[in-house]
Amino acid sequence: MRKILSLALGLAAGAALAGAGALPASAAEKLKAAWVYIGPVGDFGWSYQHDQGRKAVEAAFGDKVETSYVESVPEGPDAERVIEQLARAGNKIIFTTSFGYMEPTLKVAKRHPKVFFEHATGYKRDKNMATYNAKFHEGRYILGQIAAKMSKTGTIGYIASFPIPEVISGINAMMLGAQSVNPDMKVKIVWVNSWFDPAKEADAAKALIDQGVDIIAQHTDSPAAMQVAEARGVKAFGQSSDMIKFGPNAQLTSIVDNWAPYYVERVKEAMDGSWKSTDTWAGLKDGEVEMAAYTNMPDDVKKLAQETEAKIKSGALNPFQGPVVKQDGTVAAKAGEAVADKDILSMNWYVKGIDDKVPGQ
Amino acid sequence: MLDTVMIGAVLASVVAAATTLLIASLGELVAERAGTLNLGVEGMMIIGAAVGYATAYSSGSLLLGTLAAVLAGMALSLVFATLTIWLAANQVASGLATTILGLGLAGLIGASFVGTRLDAAPALDIPGLSDLPILGKVAFGQDAFVYASVGLLVLVTWGLARTRIGLILRAVGESHAAAHALGHPVRKIRTLAVMFGGACAGLAGAHLSLAYTPFWASDMTAGRGWIALALVVFSAWKPLWLLAGAYLFGAVSILQLHVQGFGLGIPSQLLSSLPYLATVGALVLISAMKRGQGAPASLGVPFVPDR
Repeated sequence: MRKILSLALGLAAGAALAGAGALPASAAEKLKAAWVYIGPVGDFGWSYQHDQGRKAVEAAFGDKVETSYVESVPEGPDAERVIEQLARAGNKIIFTTSFGYMEPTLKVAKRHPKVFFEHATGYKRDKNMATYNAKFHEGRYILGQIAAKMSKTGTIGYIASFPIPEVISGINAMMLGAQSVNPDMKVKIVWVNSWFDPAKEADAAKALIDQGVDIIAQHTDSPAAMQVAEARGVKAFGQSSDMIKFGPNAQLTSIVDNWAPYYVERVKEAMDGSWKSTDTWAGLKDGEVEMAAYTNMPDDVKKLAQETEAKIKSGALNPFQGPVVKQDGTVAAKAGEAVADKDILSMNWYVKGIDDKVPGQ
Repeated sequence: MLDTVMIGAVLASVVAAATTLLIASLGELVAERAGTLNLGVEGMMIIGAAVGYATAYSSGSLLLGTLAAVLAGMALSLVFATLTIWLAANQVASGLATTILGLGLAGLIGASFVGTRLDAAPALDIPGLSDLPILGKVAFGQDAFVYASVGLLVLVTWGLARTRIGLILRAVGESHAAAHALGHPVRKIRTLAVMFGGACAGLAGAHLSLAYTPFWASDMTAGRGWIALALVVFSAWKPLWLLAGAYLFGAVSILQLHVQGFGLGIPSQLLSSLPYLATVGALVLISAMKRGQGAPASLGVPFVPDR
């Protein structure tokens, strides 16, 4: 699929180059925007949600935009080729939606100073390259509180993808939330070393449940774990999309990525010329992170979750508010302080109360 | 930390994980024993998963879905067979193309089913036996795909070793010129063997999308077709060693998750690579012990009859 798309893109790029010489002003009418995805749009997770954002842009601007996307682009040299082709094809703004696209995006951005680049989850910027990310850990703090209230075994099972800061800070935020309700909550963490491998995610969920876990949280992209939880009669949290259909009796809530408001705003700025290179890290307050309906839980737990959500939105509660103590006993944030944003974005340690090691540390 | 209920549950997971690989690799083994190397297993598997899911979801029948998956895998294998066996195209290139085509087509077919779900294929308990301790559920409380994989294994093992058809098929794979001289229709036999492989790959895909994780998502086979291919090579083209390889791979991939769950602090990257290391290691050992069990002599060589 990718190869076919790439070939089509190559042809399109060639055609655009040929056309550019003849009709330099023709592109001014319609703004062209493009997206690069790490997975297939059919993953019902990360890439699916980005594509929902792209569709929102189409819906918002109708005839004034022309959007396109390339899916399943591996991180690395392939990504640079794809981004380069998109830039040459006359796109005015290009969104690259995975951490590993950072260097390729930066390289292409330097070669195309008039094109706006937007890189998700990275930290390198340029005059024409902005970054954006979502504070998923805000949602995970709420999951922790719900889990601590709902678990009978006192142990949460966590299916994790790769030991990168975004995932590790998610585990920590969830445990801080859980400890705020029950200081003795435990977590079992299983790394599947993949963002998307449904059968493996299902295996991990089964293994965790067999080990006595009665709540499943996940930081992988498919609804496989939710389905296993439903079949085995335990509770679970969804990821990226609302997965209630896959676990009508299992899902407590889902963390939903909502990129639509950001994409619409940035495309609008690219149109009216007010686009600037910025660093956006939005969360629950801005609607970039949403919580799916709180289901399958008693009213008091639901109330707690809603209150916490409201407090995070108003700024009254910061999931990484001190005191935060690392596993080895050192203090990451004193009482009255919070862990700094830059430390969350580079987190490679667990908080106290997690009986496991960060892989590779 | 380990009791009989848990051991039973773990073993049941192992059986499920091994079944997909066993079904797909048995099919590929037959195709290769007849002399054709089909690298399109991943593509045939995913097309089976997509068509199987789409059919089962639309019709409400898991049986229809499974049949459709088998037919879809066969149809794609027929494209490959036409190119390589009848037009003598390069098998490696055609196989890779088959995989790419399968992944693309499957994404297209499945696009409108993203975000839907099915009830998993039910476990078919064999009365009396499935209540036995530990092994009861493992051996007699599985879904139909697991029983089918055992049936396939018996069929392939016995068929290749003990039947006239099996003998001819092996002869075609060892020396197509000699088989041709004896009057056997080499290209027809190879086509049928490749189609058997396609049917098995389609069935393995249906196991994923109808029983293992009963929903559709693009690329959901996540490389299992390639593992099945590798198992065939490492098993030295022997069905029983294939069984050992598939179960070893399944066992290690489930057990490494359990080891992680116990929080022993072993790097997960190492654990994730263990199934591959263990399977390669074990199968290399097996084939080193028994010499002279190489690839079928005509494997990958196109046959063009001279007139």
